[in-house]
Amino acid sequence: MAETTQTDITPDTPLDGGASALDEKARLGSATIGRAAIDGFTEEGERLPGGDDGTEQLGLKKHSHGNAPVIPEASRGERRRSFDLADFPPLTGQEEDWRFTPLKRLRGLHTDDLTGRAPAVEVTGATNVRVETVGRDDSRLGTAATPEDRVSAAAWNAFTEATVITVPRETSADGEVMVRITGSSADPAAQYVLIRAEQFSKAVVVLDHVGSVALAQNVEIVVEDGAELTVVSVQEWDDDAVHVSSQQARIGRDARYKHVVVSLGGDLVRLTPSSVFSAPGAEVEMYGLYFADAGQHLEQRLLVDHATPNCTSRVTYKGALQGQDAHTVWVGDVLIRKAAEGTDTYETNRNLLLTDGARSDSVPNLEIETGLIEGAGHASATGRFDDEHLFYLMARGIPEKAARRLVVRGFLTEVIQQIRVPALEERLSESLERELAAGNL
Amino acid sequence: MSTLEIKDLHVSIDTDQGNVPILRGVTLTINTGETHAIMGPNGSGKSTLAATIAGHPRYRVDGGSILLDGEDVLSMSVDERARAGLFLAMQYPVEVPGVTMTNFLRTAKTALDGEAPSLRHWTRDVKKAMGDLRIDADFAQRNVNEGFSGGEKKRVEILQLELFHPRFAILDETDSGLDVDALKIVSEGVNREHAKGGMGTLLITHYTRILRYIKPDFVHVFIAGRIAEQGGPELADRLEEEGYDRFTAVEA
Repeated sequence: MAETTQTDITPDTPLDGGASALDEKARLGSATIGRAAIDGFTEEGERLPGGDDGTEQLGLKKHSHGNAPVIPEASRGERRRSFDLADFPPLTGQEEDWRFTPLKRLRGLHTDDLTGRAPAVEVTGATNVRVETVGRDDSRLGTAATPEDRVSAAAWNAFTEATVITVPRETSADGEVMVRITGSSADPAAQYVLIRAEQFSKAVVVLDHVGSVALAQNVEIVVEDGAELTVVSVQEWDDDAVHVSSQQARIGRDARYKHVVVSLGGDLVRLTPSSVFSAPGAEVEMYGLYFADAGQHLEQRLLVDHATPNCTSRVTYKGALQGQDAHTVWVGDVLIRKAAEGTDTYETNRNLLLTDGARSDSVPNLEIETGLIEGAGHASATGRFDDEHLFYLMARGIPEKAARRLVVRGFLTEVIQQIRVPALEERLSESLERELAAGNL
Repeated sequence: MSTLEIKDLHVSIDTDQGNVPILRGVTLTINTGETHAIMGPNGSGKSTLAATIAGHPRYRVDGGSILLDGEDVLSMSVDERARAGLFLAMQYPVEVPGVTMTNFLRTAKTALDGEAPSLRHWTRDVKKAMGDLRIDADFAQRNVNEGFSGGEKKRVEILQLELFHPRFAILDETDSGLDVDALKIVSEGVNREHAKGGMGTLLITHYTRILRYIKPDFVHVFIAGRIAEQGGPELADRLEEEGYDRFTAVEA
């Protein structure tokens, strides 16, 4: 680079390196297909055509299906579900659903008894919502959610008391329900939270995770018929925290459920949010935002289970990565069962690598057992913010720092805007600014 | 009136095979209101000149100077050059993830002017300029260049030219990859901005066809990193008939 210039760009990419379409897309279903069966589909499910051929172009990667050896499962719908820990063999890291997770950093959540002190729970906000602390024998627990992995089953076995938040029937919460979950112990612990939105109720519940933990957590969410529930799970843990959380929702008839994940802090955060439709006519939106710094592992594995007709789901997850060994994982499983005619689903994951040395894995899976759907598709793209992007923006007069922030903010704000709790949106925007500042961006 | 002076410019790039000189003594002066066409075969250094003026870090300046009204351009950072009034319409505009056109244009305009544009006027100006260039209104909400066709990207470059009002515009093969209709639309955009009288233009092209729509005052023929011949518009006509063989033959 010319010694007379003052920029910090390094000359390692050619000027003429053209970028191209950011998306790999597969879109099925359209007006012309209507109710007819889709070509190439069998009742055993499908493999999307034109998918992952591993082609790479400058700065853009198609989604990886990982490098680790994999134990295949015939269908996502057949994954083992049980309250009995013995049904889940000890983890080796070879399991399909654990292959990206660095087990050594779980701080014993997958091996030890979860006898540590559970994080403190403090619920504030709405006054017309019922908050209870109950024993593990409460019959409402475990009706809508069943552990799907070993850590979740261990957490089910170990928790001593549960927090139950109930939005009563036909009640609209008179404010956000803020659930502050504060960790103060590094010993492996278990926690159980049940959120129930009764028929035709309406509420926003925010799970706000701070402090230091080694936590195996089950969050069970019941969205009854006609209810409208938003659950926001914010992870602003301390740097050493390890958090493994199953967040399963069962969605009733004509209900609307929105789930938003924001993962910023913690050494290892692994969330498995799922939405299971139990009756027709419901709508689900699932959003996620994650920002991984050097050394952080942020993983999210989603399931949308279309088991009933005429339901709609949309999944949008976005991640940014900066620093050496920042690692993010997004796996999005969408299952359209034979009975789920008239399903309309689309899922998207986008990742933005801000520096070298970071790794992002993105695996969308779509499994379709009926061709009688409105539409089903997914898109995944991982892009880099590189010197050519920076040059382009700076050549338009924008200083380097402003250029970087412009890109990251623009990229991630879409998800924050989905929260619709102004105070929280503001706080998270500020947190993002701090993340950017910490990365010297 | 402003003047962009390039004097005895020597530029090289570092490659795996070592340092390769590209520009070997380029001298050129452009004044506001003038249009200079730089023509030449592939590899003659035309795009290197454009990128060096804009400050792309890949290019190493080994000698010579670039002055904008006497100010040393080479000592400015990329963004400072843009704020000084230099604009490069890129040959291959990159796709910028996460930034909408609207946000990008407003941020750039604010940076260039040192203050945010009045919202009402700005929105109107953007809308009009997009309409003039036949850019679909919904592009405003799309990410910068993301998924745009080659022709759309070139039109968006000229959109910026018209909105930012640079003192000197360097158009790096803006005509390449355009069909006749798109070429006309893009040329009209450049001519509109030129007609306002505050801009000098350096038009870099491989072919003569854009010169049917944008009339140059001067034509410079680039061969092997130097200006081999210069003249008026008639030189372009001669190149159209004869091609570059006459020059490359001499060079060989």
